[in-house]
Amino acid sequence: MVDESLLRTLTPTVIGILGRRGADFAAAEDAVQEALVEALRVWPDDPPRDPKGWLVTVSWRKFVDAARSEASRRAREERVEVEPEPGPARESDDTLQLYFLCAHPSLTPASAVALTLRAVGGLTTRQIAQAYLVPEATMAQRISRAKKTVSGVRFDQPGDVATVLRVLYLVFNEGYSGDVDLSAEAIRLTRQLAAAIDHAEVAGLLALMLLHHARRPARTDPDGRLVPLAEQDRGKWDTALIAEGVDVLQAALARDQLGEFQAQAAIAALHADAQAADETDWVQIVEWYDELLTLTDNPVAHLNRAVAVGEADGAHAGLAALGKLEPTLPRYTAAEAYLRERAGDPVTAARLYAEAARAAPNLPERDHLTRQAARLNARIRPSEAG
Amino acid sequence: MAKYLLLKHYRGAPAAVNDVPMDKWTPEEITAHIQYMNDFARRLEGTGEFVDGQALSPEGTFVRYDGEGRPPVTDGPFAETKDLIAGWMVIDVDSYERAVALAGELSAAPGAGGRPIHEWLELRPFLTEPETTTDCH
Repeated sequence: MVDESLLRTLTPTVIGILGRRGADFAAAEDAVQEALVEALRVWPDDPPRDPKGWLVTVSWRKFVDAARSEASRRAREERVEVEPEPGPARESDDTLQLYFLCAHPSLTPASAVALTLRAVGGLTTRQIAQAYLVPEATMAQRISRAKKTVSGVRFDQPGDVATVLRVLYLVFNEGYSGDVDLSAEAIRLTRQLAAAIDHAEVAGLLALMLLHHARRPARTDPDGRLVPLAEQDRGKWDTALIAEGVDVLQAALARDQLGEFQAQAAIAALHADAQAADETDWVQIVEWYDELLTLTDNPVAHLNRAVAVGEADGAHAGLAALGKLEPTLPRYTAAEAYLRERAGDPVTAARLYAEAARAAPNLPERDHLTRQAARLNARIRPSEAG
Repeated sequence: MAKYLLLKHYRGAPAAVNDVPMDKWTPEEITAHIQYMNDFARRLEGTGEFVDGQALSPEGTFVRYDGEGRPPVTDGPFAETKDLIAGWMVIDVDSYERAVALAGELSAAPGAGGRPIHEWLELRPFLTEPETTTDCH
């Protein structure tokens, strides 16, 4: 077995080493990707004693080969000899610079995600393509265009942490499809980032991911059905991940630089802290939603706050909070259905659940909402008949 | 990113502006049309937005289960079927606006007289995977 996690960890380091030897980012990244694919092929039969040394040597050879063939191509075309330009000498923290470059604001979110997974995450183009369910050629083009877009960006400029965090959050949210567990990869990359930079929101995002990841075994039943938070088997939650998430969050909050991810993590921590659904501290959760909404105008946060108000102060208070929001918000109808049922109006709730199912953005959610409507309809019918 | 299906209908869509059946075009117009479609797909591969493209035969069969131990029942094709799919393209794009823009370009494929067909294409979003951080109610 190839230690893929070792390969992935080494990838940004080796790109950095090639960069210090004078390779530009695009060429270095291509060379390391080729070496990576070769490692996956060769290592099972012939594991190297020094994996990092092997990767540096093979990547450098790939880079030199490519530079030579590029030079001879240009020599044929232009009859001039071209040598690769030596780049500026670089300090440590190559990896941190890679995060910034791959999440550069000039990139679209999808391009930034793909480039980050390849150059910082050390995934192959094929793995990324499988995870996002597109052909490998399409993903290769997306990455190649992303590299062209950032080719003018200086490698040594300080970047924007917020854009990096958004990219990692997107990867985490993609979850699990194909061979690669993108949530786990997002956590690994966020851990690595947290080790490279001291930043309260990086810690906040890491805590948020750990706390959500801890609940993953309980989020779906063996048949793949979504299980609502209140009905989850809390014995399946990963207590070690929760403890780590809470520690990371507390350290971040102690710095008194509150941000969106820390506030979301605080809400996730309050859920994780309840031994049973009815022990949830909804009053504190509403307070954290109020904090969160001073930091972001996220529509999902508005909606979740209304549901939390429904738990803290009763369904009618929740409906009143919901009534102040735009009915066109995603999942508005599902939230209203939930609150209507709790307010003792199953007929309206059933109708709204069915309506919400038709607008659901994904299949498990649609199935869940359809089942909710069916559950209520089954309960309503006998009383209507009687 | 979000995936969209661009659905092309033999029947069932509103009439195109340049609504002349393909067998009434000149051979050169047919060649130009096919070239446009191929170029469009190739360009989307280049932008990293292409997922799949397929064409379907207009002749199809309806099939249904007919009970334990019995072979499936087949029927049709039915000449009166209102909706008939000709083919599709699947794209993976950053936004709904981009999907609309691309569908518009595909609808501009040249037809009779070398003029755009202005064909109606149906744009349908894919249902995605649930987000890791979203809990259901």
